[in-house]
Amino acid sequence: MSIDWFPVWLSLRVSALATLLSLAIGVALAWVMANRNFSGKNILDAVVTLPLVLPPTVLGYYLLVSVGRNAFPGQLYEKLTGQPLVFTWQAAVLASTLHAVPLLAKSARAAFESVDGRFERAARTLGASELRVFWRVSVPLARRSLLAATVLAFARCMGDFGTTLMVAGDIPGRTQTVSIAIYDAVQSGNGVAARVLVLVVSVVTIAIVYLAGRVERTRETA
Amino acid sequence: MIEARIAKRFGAGAESAAFELDLAFEAKPGVTVLFGASGAGKTLTLDCIAGFCRPDAGRILLNDRILFDAEAGVDQPPRERHCGYVFQQHALFPHMKLRDNLMFGAERLPRLERHRAVNEMLERFQLAPLAGRYPHELSGGQKQRGSIARALIAGPEVLLLDEPARGLDLALRDDLHQALFALRDGVSIPILLVTHDLEEAFALGDALLLYAGGRIVQRGAPRDISARPVSREAAVLMGLTNIFDSEIRALDPGRNTSRLRAFNGELSGPYFPGRFLGDRVQVCLPPSSVRLASGPGENRVPAELARCTLLAGSAVLEFSNGLAVHAPLRDYAAARDSAAKDNKEWYLEMPPGELRLIG
Repeated sequence: MSIDWFPVWLSLRVSALATLLSLAIGVALAWVMANRNFSGKNILDAVVTLPLVLPPTVLGYYLLVSVGRNAFPGQLYEKLTGQPLVFTWQAAVLASTLHAVPLLAKSARAAFESVDGRFERAARTLGASELRVFWRVSVPLARRSLLAATVLAFARCMGDFGTTLMVAGDIPGRTQTVSIAIYDAVQSGNGVAARVLVLVVSVVTIAIVYLAGRVERTRETA
Repeated sequence: MIEARIAKRFGAGAESAAFELDLAFEAKPGVTVLFGASGAGKTLTLDCIAGFCRPDAGRILLNDRILFDAEAGVDQPPRERHCGYVFQQHALFPHMKLRDNLMFGAERLPRLERHRAVNEMLERFQLAPLAGRYPHELSGGQKQRGSIARALIAGPEVLLLDEPARGLDLALRDDLHQALFALRDGVSIPILLVTHDLEEAFALGDALLLYAGGRIVQRGAPRDISARPVSREAAVLMGLTNIFDSEIRALDPGRNTSRLRAFNGELSGPYFPGRFLGDRVQVCLPPSSVRLASGPGENRVPAELARCTLLAGSAVLEFSNGLAVHAPLRDYAAARDSAAKDNKEWYLEMPPGELRLIG
């Protein structure tokens, strides 16, 4: 029997894009929370935490409502790209991103806060701008924890189910990610496909985690 | 030239008592030592100048440039203050080689000059052979020299050194002191040096600010402060820990002498200007100035040994009349032998020129 490999490739593509997006958003959020004091900081922290604690279907429903064809963000997207966002693979990227941002923001914040403040202060006395301090001092010193957080975020994106199903649907060959394909295979009694996909996802995930750890170890000894 | 007037209050915390920093000083080119006990506010002063800590009130001027003014609402960010800062523990970026650390500091220079400036600075601090090493591959002294080099290459208008010798063993400390001597003679900016080490303060300081409890209790050249401490607290901080009450019995400005009543006898001292016969005074002198004598004589007082601690090259002796003596080991051995002969009586000689008054 033949196995459809499309969900695996789609999941890898969606997860990679979502990880990049959430890395950018999460690290920016983390830096703001670790280095700036402003009045709405606690509220921002709560909002960032929300996707971690809400059931994925609830999160998916919110997302569906806010990027649907009747909502402004959805209409804006449609105007810019000429197609609606919901039930496309891009919506799956959005769903995964929303899930991964809190994880990245929280780990990255802890990473930035654990960097000894005297290095950043020294950089400032040497005339460095905040942006330069961030890129040349804070990020390199926090890189180990940032990489670990990125790997976790990727794994989380690979495994996203509920939220993706709500906004991207389950269209084989278009929006069916590997988690959804596994569910489908089990539901339709296609045990072989389910087992193969489960095995592939497990191997890919373990390989990525292992490689990330190896890269870090070689950097440490360099 | 830096002029600072700083007030900063901290309320009592779970593990800390309330603290108030309230002081004003100016520092000219040369080394100004901020000296005092831990927690007196020395590092906090540096942090206020560098912009890491915002004072509640006051004004900080660097070469007529306003860094901070509470009333006018001026508070320059650290990167615009042009203050070089060398931290207690080196703050060389661990992910950059020494050369790259210096390059980071050279960013303000025109692109073409950076390499030359970095090379010159590496040469000046004898770091050129180590330029390709990471901080963890350098010794403690080399790291601190690197930190100073990096601070200087950014072209600071004042250099703030927060106990740079702390945690270094003696040989490395000497190494760093040599670098600081060269630095003092080589640059014409004010250098504020926080230290706990009295020897370092005397060796390096052109001026000294004596800190106690968030205030400057005395200021001046180290030797001047040591010659006339204003209070008992200042005397103790300056290492003049032998303090006793006395009364002036005679004053002779012509011969520059005086007679003081103390320890049930009389001592000769120098002339004390502005004092009168019969004044009750506090006299002090450092333990290293008191000599162990073999028997009675002029300016010698008998004493009973209470405690003795032997160090590597000297002995610390404490006597029951409150005096302490730091004596070389061989002096100690000679005095011990003669004390053993003479019924365990020790004689302490206080050279007249070493006696000074408090206040």
